[in-house]
Amino acid sequence: MWNIDVQALIPVFVALPLAVSLLTQLLARGRPRLAGWMANFTMLALVMMCVYAIGRSGLYHLGGWPTPIGIDLRLDELATLLLLVVNVVGLAVVLYSIDYMARYTSRGHFYSLFLLMVTGMNGVILAGDLFNLYVFLEVAAVASYSLVAFGCAHEELEASFKYIVLGSLSSALILVGVALVYGITGTLNMAHMAGRIAETGMNAPLMLAFGLFICGFSFKAALVPFHAWLPDAHPAAPAPVSAMLSGVLIKAIGIYVLARLAFNVFGMDGDVLSLLRWLGVASMVAGGLLAAGQKDIKRLFAYSSISQVGFMVLGLGLATPLGLVGALYHLVNHAFFKSLLFLNAGAVEYATGTRNLKELGGLNRALPVTGATSLIGSMSIAGVPPFNGFWSKLIIVLACIEGGHFGFAALAVAVSIVTLAYQLKVQRMAFFAGLPESMRNLGSEPRLMAAAMILLAVGCIVLSFAVVTGLRDPWLIGAAQQTLTSGVFGG
Amino acid sequence: MIYSLCLLLILVGFYGVVASRQTVKIVISLLIMQHGVHLLLLLIGYREGGMPPIIDSGDTVTSFAGLAVDPLPQALVLTSIVIGLGVLALMVALCVRLYERYGTFDITEIRRLRG
Repeated sequence: MWNIDVQALIPVFVALPLAVSLLTQLLARGRPRLAGWMANFTMLALVMMCVYAIGRSGLYHLGGWPTPIGIDLRLDELATLLLLVVNVVGLAVVLYSIDYMARYTSRGHFYSLFLLMVTGMNGVILAGDLFNLYVFLEVAAVASYSLVAFGCAHEELEASFKYIVLGSLSSALILVGVALVYGITGTLNMAHMAGRIAETGMNAPLMLAFGLFICGFSFKAALVPFHAWLPDAHPAAPAPVSAMLSGVLIKAIGIYVLARLAFNVFGMDGDVLSLLRWLGVASMVAGGLLAAGQKDIKRLFAYSSISQVGFMVLGLGLATPLGLVGALYHLVNHAFFKSLLFLNAGAVEYATGTRNLKELGGLNRALPVTGATSLIGSMSIAGVPPFNGFWSKLIIVLACIEGGHFGFAALAVAVSIVTLAYQLKVQRMAFFAGLPESMRNLGSEPRLMAAAMILLAVGCIVLSFAVVTGLRDPWLIGAAQQTLTSGVFGG
Repeated sequence: MIYSLCLLLILVGFYGVVASRQTVKIVISLLIMQHGVHLLLLLIGYREGGMPPIIDSGDTVTSFAGLAVDPLPQALVLTSIVIGLGVLALMVALCVRLYERYGTFDITEIRRLRG
């Protein structure tokens, strides 16, 4: 049927959202609704391109310059997996935004910034050059800073300021790391860099650079000692943005780059891996415990993101094939259920005007779709069988046991139970129980919002079956795991 | 020696970010830190007595590569300065908006979010 060279497709992943972002900017004032639909079609096109790219890989030289001189964009299985997650979740979120953002002024600009953020994330995922990666990371980050402040209310501005200060600090750390690595290896191309590092082995300056990268990207991924900005920034943003930030951004520019650098560029190293494990466990436990005490739904979900990211990093830190499959599988799952939960929280806020769990109750009657999908999301994240979260957590726990880390395995199980507890709390206080007097005549959620939530809920259920098809062999997650396990990639 | 001065500049900026209470001062400290990083990046491409990286008709590639300073970090710094400008504009805009909302630049008084 179609036979497009995937090589030619690679730059489009970055160029298309960028171009449409500028176009929507022009339409923003006069025709905001049209801008919204354009954003939707763009995301749909991107999803189709991702599906086409499954099983293919390629290398694109920007401007036609050969590798050591020009900048590369590199598409491999790991990149395809991440692209698929980013763009599918992005599609659901932008579909949801058409109704949700109708209340905001200048919503046309929202789509522009949103597409800019997608541009940045796609760029980070495809970048084959460390400095280029940094540039795309800044594109995504700057767009997300302004999206957090989008409502311009007190909390949003405060959260955005906190986020931008910590974000700039971490970017500075990353830039120092890039400078050091360039000084030592004399190249910015990640494949060449990997080759040189494999020749020379790790030495002290490289260790310093790697340490800076770990700090910088842990900030972006909100791992526990570096997490202070997340519980403010994610709840303050409008719901679609929170869904995008928690569901995708922290993984695309945090976890993904950490994994890429740790496994494919610097090569696996015992000390670094144990550091990753401890970071993972710390965020898993601290995030879970802090989430349990929250009263604001979105704040609870934000802390829960920190906890779930901990699971992924723990899986990565194990560095066994099983651990990596678990980590990547959990990454995909979390992108779906956490963005679903944030969209649910947004629907609740849209209908009732509050996010405080104590004022809510009995919403299953008023908002049937939100209630049903949030039950799916909650059960998935809590790891109740047979939902997808159960399988990925099970794989991570098994990988811990296989690696002889019994304590970590026990902690992972314990945190899962805590997760179940706080998700049940949300369900009980918001969706079951009695409807308060003031909420007797709520309208149900708009159709497009419902459609977006159903899309993500179906995604959660479909992913539950991914485990049956055999993760190791043909499926995308297995392929991506192969990319990581194969270690340093050569030039 | 000169490397450690760069490091000092970065640390001064970092101290400013951590210790100041005014939003505007935090922004300025971040700027100082950023420029420390830029100087470090430039230094990495520098060589004592090197010539500017502009190729003359008389130069061969090898003699050029042996004499000139590395142009790549300069390009990187330029890019990074532009990114920094974008972030700076956004930060200043946020400071102004925060001042409109809270009537202060003091971060100890801008405290609605906790937990």
